[in-house]
Amino acid sequence: MARSGTTTKDDAHALFHSLRSAYSAIPTNLKIIDLYVVFAVLTALIQVVYMAIVGSFPFNSFLSGVLSCVGTAVLAVCLRIQVNKENKEFKDLPPERAFADFVLCNLVLHLVIMNFLG
Amino acid sequence: MASKVGIIVVVLAIASIYGAMAVFHTISESHRSAALELFSPVTGSFSSLEEAYEALRTLEVLGIKKKPDVKDHTCKSVVDTLSSVSSNSKDLYHALQVNGLLTCTISKGALTDVVSRLKEAVKDATSLLDYYHSVGGLLLVKHQNSEVDVILENADGILRSIKALSQSDGRWRYSSNNPESSTYAAGLAFETISGVISLAASPVDENLIGTLKKDIVKLFDSIEKYDDGSYYFDDKHIDASGHQGLLSATSAVVRGLTKFASTSESLNIPEDKILGLARFFLGVGVPGNSKDLYYQIDALSHLENNRVSVPLILSLPATVLSLTCKDKLKVKVSTVLGSTAPPLSVKLMQVFSSGSKDASVLRQELHFDPKEAIYTLDALPEGVDIGEYIFAFEIVLSDPEHKRKFATGGRTKVPVHVTGVVKVDNAKVAVLEGDIVESEKKLVLPGKNDLSLSANHLQKLQLSFVLTTPSGKPFKPHQAFLKLRHETGVEHIFIVGNSGKHFEITLDFLGLVEKFYYLSGQYDTVLTVGDAVMENSFLQPLGSIELDLPKAPEKAPQPPPQAVNPYSRYGPKAEIAHIFRAPEKRPPQEVSFAFLGLVLVPFLGFLVGLLRLGVNLKNFPTSPVPATFAILFHGGIAAVLLLYAFFWLKLDLFTTLKTLGVIGIFLMFVGHRTLSHLASASAKLKSA
Repeated sequence: MARSGTTTKDDAHALFHSLRSAYSAIPTNLKIIDLYVVFAVLTALIQVVYMAIVGSFPFNSFLSGVLSCVGTAVLAVCLRIQVNKENKEFKDLPPERAFADFVLCNLVLHLVIMNFLG
Repeated sequence: MASKVGIIVVVLAIASIYGAMAVFHTISESHRSAALELFSPVTGSFSSLEEAYEALRTLEVLGIKKKPDVKDHTCKSVVDTLSSVSSNSKDLYHALQVNGLLTCTISKGALTDVVSRLKEAVKDATSLLDYYHSVGGLLLVKHQNSEVDVILENADGILRSIKALSQSDGRWRYSSNNPESSTYAAGLAFETISGVISLAASPVDENLIGTLKKDIVKLFDSIEKYDDGSYYFDDKHIDASGHQGLLSATSAVVRGLTKFASTSESLNIPEDKILGLARFFLGVGVPGNSKDLYYQIDALSHLENNRVSVPLILSLPATVLSLTCKDKLKVKVSTVLGSTAPPLSVKLMQVFSSGSKDASVLRQELHFDPKEAIYTLDALPEGVDIGEYIFAFEIVLSDPEHKRKFATGGRTKVPVHVTGVVKVDNAKVAVLEGDIVESEKKLVLPGKNDLSLSANHLQKLQLSFVLTTPSGKPFKPHQAFLKLRHETGVEHIFIVGNSGKHFEITLDFLGLVEKFYYLSGQYDTVLTVGDAVMENSFLQPLGSIELDLPKAPEKAPQPPPQAVNPYSRYGPKAEIAHIFRAPEKRPPQEVSFAFLGLVLVPFLGFLVGLLRLGVNLKNFPTSPVPATFAILFHGGIAAVLLLYAFFWLKLDLFTTLKTLGVIGIFLMFVGHRTLSHLASASAKLKSA
């Protein structure tokens, strides 16, 4: 009987708050990685909007730009999975090793991107 | 049997009339100019003494003066050859030949030396050419210098060894071990034999000379003949100098024959063969190369005055006579080189018109003009109208003694063209309807005419005229054509037929409709009448006729396509300008710059977010060695990114990869150190 007074709006608020507090609890390095992913995706979106406005004339440049952002976002997500301590699968993998993989893969991705950029 | 014989006689008679008919001209200015052109040495001197002799002899016979500078150089060569020890009998022979023409100064001692060498050569001779050169050389020395003693001792023996090389058919072999025989060799042999006879110390055995004469007569049995009455010798084998041919063989035989005849009397060669040989050499015309010219001129000079018989050539300066210009028939009789003949008279015996075998015997004598040495016929015989004729002349020598000395050749037949103006009369054109004349117009031929007739396909066109020769007889020309040409260019040609003098053609358009491809319209008419002996042959446009023909049915044949003007078909075409691909539309620069700024905004947002999260560099190693590695690690990554920037701006993939490999290895090493240090540091922290 005590719950009847709550509306959907209140439920949404409560959900939002709980998510927010849960998110604040995670370690900082994961937050850094999340921020990096958001930055990469935003950059990709801006490039798509630009292409939508002016047309896709140097199509290779557009593709390389977008794929660079998307690729680096994907690699960051992989890094996050590997670094996250709650992930039992990667318990034995030292985070420095994961970071080294991240750097290497990014460098290779960007070599290909630079070649395709034209 | 008798009928067969009769037919053979008739055939032979026809052959004899049409055979032996040609015009021969004696040596003229064209020979002299050709000689000057062919024999002027390119480098100022002749390449060999043999060539020098050929050139000098030809020029001397033709009466052309030699240049003095050539003489000096050639004389020097002659003297060198005669005094040189290495010269063989062939070189000595050629040198002596040239000396005979140039008369270079040679010491008596040198000549005696030459004579002794040549006598040695005669003794050692085995082949025909050895004998030829050595005996020839000795003979030349005898003619050039009477003081030197040149006598051949064993003349009979030499003659026998030369005779041993002869063959039964009259030809000679070059040497006893070479079975090939040639007529050219026979000529050389006769020359050598005559030389031996004139150089002999004691008179030669008469029987031997008799057998040699028989050999010459036998050789003349193998003489060959052309239809125009010239005789020649053919040589199937190549002679010693490699120059094969009728001219060289015949010339050698003529030389040998005349030289032999000069040493002994009574050589029995029929005079028509000598005349035939002269005709052969004259019939060559002007040869194109120097050797052939030499052979021709040398042989003719030997025929000019020889002891067998001297040929007399009858030639006509002009074989085309015009009745309109009242040309007179002129005849020239001279020797082969053009010198005057002995006193004689020329009679015109018969005149054959083309196609007929019979002609009356005229015996008209030609009038002699001593100033120009030409025999003229005052008036052409009666009945000679325009056309092609064969005139038969006969030469009669005034002095009966000369009959043995000169060869006149009996009847000489010469083709002559007589031309004149053909009169065209009664020319008219009519358009007939059935048989009734609808319209008639008179034509002036040859002359300007401008018809304009019209006809339809049911009518006929009739053209008629009359052709007469100057003496009033009917004349049939080679060409009598009527040509109708449509305005599109399609042409039709019709032959105008005749009956006697009257020429007529009727074009029945009803039958010609299909031939004309049903093309109506204006047709230009052209009449062509022409012949070789007609001086006023004409191709006369007559005007035009307007033809009205019915329309063409479905399946009618199309007129042939007319020739395309080649300039329009193969000429230059219109120029094609290349259309370049239109470049893509690019956005204005402001928009691009705006978005450039906009793209950098998330990056700034990232940096701001990092600050808000409270990032710190506490985990950066403080002790120097790990710190260095850490710094190098970050520096390495920065270097790679810088390299990528350069790669985009300037570099190519290969240099980039090379540099990347270098930096990568460095980075791996440094990174491994740094990260392992960090890992161990965090592990220590955990355990602690």
